[in-house]
Amino acid sequence: MIKKTIISAVVAMGLTSSAAYAAGGEAHVENFDFSFEGPFGAFDINQLQRGLKVYTQVCSACHGLEYVPIRTLSDDGGPQLPEDQVRAFASNYEVFDAGLDDFRPATPVDHFPGSALETAPDLSLMAKKRAGFHGPYGLGINQFFKGMGGPEYIASLLTGYEEAPECAPEDFPGNYNKAFPNGGIPEECKDEHGHATIEGSWIAMAQPLYGDDVEFDDGHEATLESEAMDVSAFLMWTAEPKLMARKQAGFAGVVFLTLLSVLLYLTNKRLWAPVKRKED
Amino acid sequence: MAGIPHDHYEPKTDGQKWLHTRLPVVGLLYDTLMIPTPKNLNWMWIWGIVLTFCLALQIVTGIVLAMHYTPHVDQAFASVEHIMRNVNGGYMLRYLHMNGASLFFVAVYAHIFRGLYYGSYKAPREITWIIGMLIYLLMMATGFMGYVLPWGQMSFWGATVITGLFGAIPFIGESLQTLLLGGPAVDNATLNRFFSLHYLLPFVIAGLVIVHIWAFHTTGNNNPTGVEVRRGSKEEAQKDTLPFWPYFVVKDLFALAVILAVFFAIVGFMPNYLGHPDNYIEANPLSTPAHIVPEWYFLPFYAILRAFTAEVWVVQIASFVTGGIIDAKFFGVLAMFGAIAVMALVPWLDTSSVRSGRYRPMFKWWFALLVVDFFALMWLGAMPAEEPYASLSLIASAYWFGYFLVILPLLGVIEKPMAQPDTIEADFAKNKAAKTGGSKTLVNPAE
Repeated sequence: MIKKTIISAVVAMGLTSSAAYAAGGEAHVENFDFSFEGPFGAFDINQLQRGLKVYTQVCSACHGLEYVPIRTLSDDGGPQLPEDQVRAFASNYEVFDAGLDDFRPATPVDHFPGSALETAPDLSLMAKKRAGFHGPYGLGINQFFKGMGGPEYIASLLTGYEEAPECAPEDFPGNYNKAFPNGGIPEECKDEHGHATIEGSWIAMAQPLYGDDVEFDDGHEATLESEAMDVSAFLMWTAEPKLMARKQAGFAGVVFLTLLSVLLYLTNKRLWAPVKRKED
Repeated sequence: MAGIPHDHYEPKTDGQKWLHTRLPVVGLLYDTLMIPTPKNLNWMWIWGIVLTFCLALQIVTGIVLAMHYTPHVDQAFASVEHIMRNVNGGYMLRYLHMNGASLFFVAVYAHIFRGLYYGSYKAPREITWIIGMLIYLLMMATGFMGYVLPWGQMSFWGATVITGLFGAIPFIGESLQTLLLGGPAVDNATLNRFFSLHYLLPFVIAGLVIVHIWAFHTTGNNNPTGVEVRRGSKEEAQKDTLPFWPYFVVKDLFALAVILAVFFAIVGFMPNYLGHPDNYIEANPLSTPAHIVPEWYFLPFYAILRAFTAEVWVVQIASFVTGGIIDAKFFGVLAMFGAIAVMALVPWLDTSSVRSGRYRPMFKWWFALLVVDFFALMWLGAMPAEEPYASLSLIASAYWFGYFLVILPLLGVIEKPMAQPDTIEADFAKNKAAKTGGSKTLVNPAE
């Protein structure tokens, strides 16, 4: 209970001394609802496969997945493509083989290629290296309840392209995105302290998805939002391919240790009972 | 070996006698395990077992991780991803190791603040305390170097900032920094020596842990009353104590199981909560992150480091008096290490004759404020170095030093302590009476 008091004291201190923290880099990240959230959340295999399609047909033109072995597409807890499909999929890519000193079609044991465009970041870990949720006041409460927000950030970014705000000059380089925190902001859109008066900033990447960019084999809708969510879920898988196994292990651990705690509690109580009773 | 009289191991069979006259290892284990322990220990005395467990967990998971990790700037980051993706159970090993460090520090802070509240550092336990502080320092060094190994952005820039601190030391700083880094900047040589030391130091810690246990087994445990176990005779001692096995082993294991259930929930469901997302970006010497933030367990001392800027008058005086040798940067470094040094010197700074904070009416409040101060510093360490955080950091740092250097020495003189129980037995009986009497205030809320 003293801990609670401390936390509330810290929160109170934060509340009285906060105004300055909204310095800029504020961006709008929406709390999308993903199937893999929460202790019991699981990847939706169909969604991962749709996301793979969005990645392959759109994102992969510039971005790579250099840490992801292609064979893992058939792993449990992933998109679970049949192995023949994984082989066929792999052969679409060309990789450089040092032994042959030449390019050859990729096989499942190869990794996805890296980014084709030098300025495009690799996407393997994007869902873990970006955090959509912060604070408040650096206390980590939002992350605790909503998660780190990597996939939410990606989906928000993909759906966050908007017409540039009026304060911006016509020729400002890049594309306005209300979810992008770290890009350039024109001086006209800042107040006298240099703080941005708008959400988000300008990003180099042009809007990649508009809706109906891919056609799904199962006839699933391909609105901008659903495409964005599909590819974000897929990128969560590329960043954390063992997510489901990890949650299962965690759950087993919690259940086992809870049971063990109960047993040890009873043992301890029984053991101490004579000592505590003796002088009554 | 303990000062408290108790039964010692007696070899019975011929075989036992044979071994005992040559190597009394069974006797050593027996005496260690059956050590008389004050029977009124409360739940704050469970952290030692948690810490022992953490050390074992980190060593075991670490040894396996080292089998798959590559300490090279071009491959370190990829080898961690290899562990996460391709090594059987590798993701679990790494998340256990990563969050194990956090559990280790949660436990060590609880353990240290327990000692500060109950006066566990006071005579005759100064050596136990000092050894503990050494262990804590080594833990910080090990934790810091371990954080560099994944070779992410925070690894690289954290290493740059922290080794830069040593560069701030006048005259020898630059050579010291070069020695630490193995070159002019954080690079492959740095990664290699950090890997080597990260593997070595836990075993040094393990050695010191044995000395730590040896020391307090010699003096006997402190306890919530701070009243010593009676040692006149074995019978007298037995009224105040119970053997460590089975009473405290089972109690500690129960507490450990509860803590591990929470730990597994974090590892299983939110393993990256305590980490920084930037560390999933491979180290890039050409791109500095917007905020370089150390791991949470360094934040209080990081806040103290940053609090002393060139505008602070103490810093200006120090700079003037030393003719500029102590500049703001070096002052910050001195303050950071000083904050730990004053804690290590607390056995000689606390002048009160009463050991336990339970019987010190004024101390209690100052101590509670110190706990709040610690959390405030932790929070401030994560905030950007701008107002109002800079001023708040300075106030919080001042209180940290004020507590150890002014308040503790003064309190011993001006405070009028409350009556302490005559014996541990009496305290234990009183607690029990409170329990059977239906009162819910079993323990002091500060415990």
